[in-house]
Amino acid sequence: MSEQVALTGNEVMSQAMRQINPDVVAAYPITPQTAIVQTFSQFVNDGDVDTEFVPTESEHSAMSATVGASASGARAMTATAANGLALMWEVLYIASGTRLPIVMPVVNRALSGPINIHCDHSDAMGARDSGWIQLYAENAQEAYDNAIQAVKISENKDVMLPTMVNMDGFIISHAVENLNLLADEDVQDFVGEYHAENPLLDSENPVTVGPLDLQDFYFEHKMQQAVAAENVKDVVLEVAEEYEELSGREYGLFEEYKLDDAEVAVVALGSTTGTAKTAVDNLRENGVKAGLSKIRLYRPFPAEEIAEALADLEAVAVMDRAETFSTTGGPVFADVRAALYDMGADVEAVNYIYGLGGRDLKVEEIESVYKDLEEIVETNTVEDRVQHLGVRE
Amino acid sequence: MVDKAMYEGNRETAWCPGCGNFPLRQVLVDALADLDLKPSQVAMFTGIGQAPKMPHYMKVNGFNGLHGRALPPALGMRVANKDMKVIVETGDGNAYGEGGNHLLHNIRRNPDLAHFVHDNQIYGLTKGQASPTTGEEIETAVQPNGITAQPLNPIKLAVSMEASFVARGFVGNRDHLKMLMQEALKHRGYALIDILQPCVSFNKVNTYQWYAKRVYEIGEEYDPTNYDAAMKKAEEWGDDIPLGIIYKNEDKAIFHDKLPQVDDKPLVEKESTPQDKEYLLKEFK
Repeated sequence: MSEQVALTGNEVMSQAMRQINPDVVAAYPITPQTAIVQTFSQFVNDGDVDTEFVPTESEHSAMSATVGASASGARAMTATAANGLALMWEVLYIASGTRLPIVMPVVNRALSGPINIHCDHSDAMGARDSGWIQLYAENAQEAYDNAIQAVKISENKDVMLPTMVNMDGFIISHAVENLNLLADEDVQDFVGEYHAENPLLDSENPVTVGPLDLQDFYFEHKMQQAVAAENVKDVVLEVAEEYEELSGREYGLFEEYKLDDAEVAVVALGSTTGTAKTAVDNLRENGVKAGLSKIRLYRPFPAEEIAEALADLEAVAVMDRAETFSTTGGPVFADVRAALYDMGADVEAVNYIYGLGGRDLKVEEIESVYKDLEEIVETNTVEDRVQHLGVRE
Repeated sequence: MVDKAMYEGNRETAWCPGCGNFPLRQVLVDALADLDLKPSQVAMFTGIGQAPKMPHYMKVNGFNGLHGRALPPALGMRVANKDMKVIVETGDGNAYGEGGNHLLHNIRRNPDLAHFVHDNQIYGLTKGQASPTTGEEIETAVQPNGITAQPLNPIKLAVSMEASFVARGFVGNRDHLKMLMQEALKHRGYALIDILQPCVSFNKVNTYQWYAKRVYEIGEEYDPTNYDAAMKKAEEWGDDIPLGIIYKNEDKAIFHDKLPQVDDKPLVEKESTPQDKEYLLKEFK
């Protein structure tokens, strides 16, 4: 049983949290995330959930309290954005390094400075190497579906890693969409009860979480974490299959949109992929063999699968909503290009950094990217490997 | 006399009509101008919140940094240039929540800063969650059952640490607030003023009327240099809320006193003469 509703991304994320019914939520307000936790706190007040809700004095404390709860054996969640995520930084590594299956919606927003409250991916991209799984969504429906699946992915015994459920600030978080909510009991059955293997509160089997781990075992523990990351892809696919049976909605590591016979394609993640689909449709009408690869699982990165999907293209443009200031392009570009290199694929890959600080990206601008790709194919030359799209000069 | 118009910004504010930040800004401009300080002589440091938008809305040298982190860069500025009048402008969230740790250690260092806390007992920027000073009886959107934590008494905290200047003001008592600000700006050392102000949109309890009914100005007979009396005064809250300089210790060393190398002029005006320091190498020969 599902129900069609019209909700903002933040509202539907709080609905997902209500249905997951975590034992503990600890959080601190930050735009554009605030509404998720605020709505959720009303559910706590109304007795709709069994959650212990902890308003903290900072995001560092919010993530720390979530870590404490999770280590104690509770199913624990928080949510944040931008500088809130940045303030959590050192605790992010505690969560992943101590193998705590925390699920955290991140409402993507530009990192200061200068101060900006609008969407880009500099927050989550900065945390891409923190050992957290990262899922990205095109719209509120996907953000909701990802949040529910994330619980099951994180808590899988072969994984036991935390997950960031990313959703574009304002574009998804504040816009109202028609979408389908699953029935509460279906979500409850899907995520099941969480039973921690070695909880702090098991007095019969006392454990210590996070003690000093030097040259003797630190490396082995990091290796175990790397093995867990290797396991993520399979688990994401298993969980997606199960979720499809429940919801009828199909998920994978990434989505291929008209990619089968495409000659030129764009790789992107987040809400821009919706705009890109319109660009692809427009170009297809004009005979351009355009396609799109929409990344859902960005960490760990499904390199082989993505390279395989792109291998038959003539040229590909990778879209990054974050600057790395490496001068060699954005983070997604680096990953995609490395994957293509490993594959030995003869595909020209270029990079467009776009949408920083909430700068809107229009359909025509994405179409211009495809036109650039056609030119690259035609002339067999790349003039600018890395470009900034939609910026005034 | 400095022309007040020099301080006036030309940007539309994002503050709600009736916000306590408006009278506070006016009093601040009056206080600065009447002390004969030009905007170029003032540097204002803020974090994130409605109060920290102040440098957007008046003409001073402004540094708008991270939430809760206004004090550390202000201290840095103060060390680099002791000739600037440095003001820290924060809300109760910045000063007592996310920036609480900085407050403690700033009191210990006692740098020459004036810190004006716009205390509206709520988070205004994120639309009405409890701040560290929100009263326990208040229900907010995130705390619909009321606040489970005891509110912080910033005056008592600062006095207990023997901060060198601790005061409370109210935006409804403008002349008094101006006097406090001027005393804080003239004070040698860290001067904290907790300024009560209503948040007309998100704090429906602590309104202008609520404050006006309770606040009173401390009389001249009160001796702010008496620590024991100050601790007692600091505890007053509720039906009677004292306004004024609660505690003052002018004998306390300031941060600069402990840094002889920066005591005479701003760093930028100092000549770099590393060749004169050759004698330091001699002991290693």
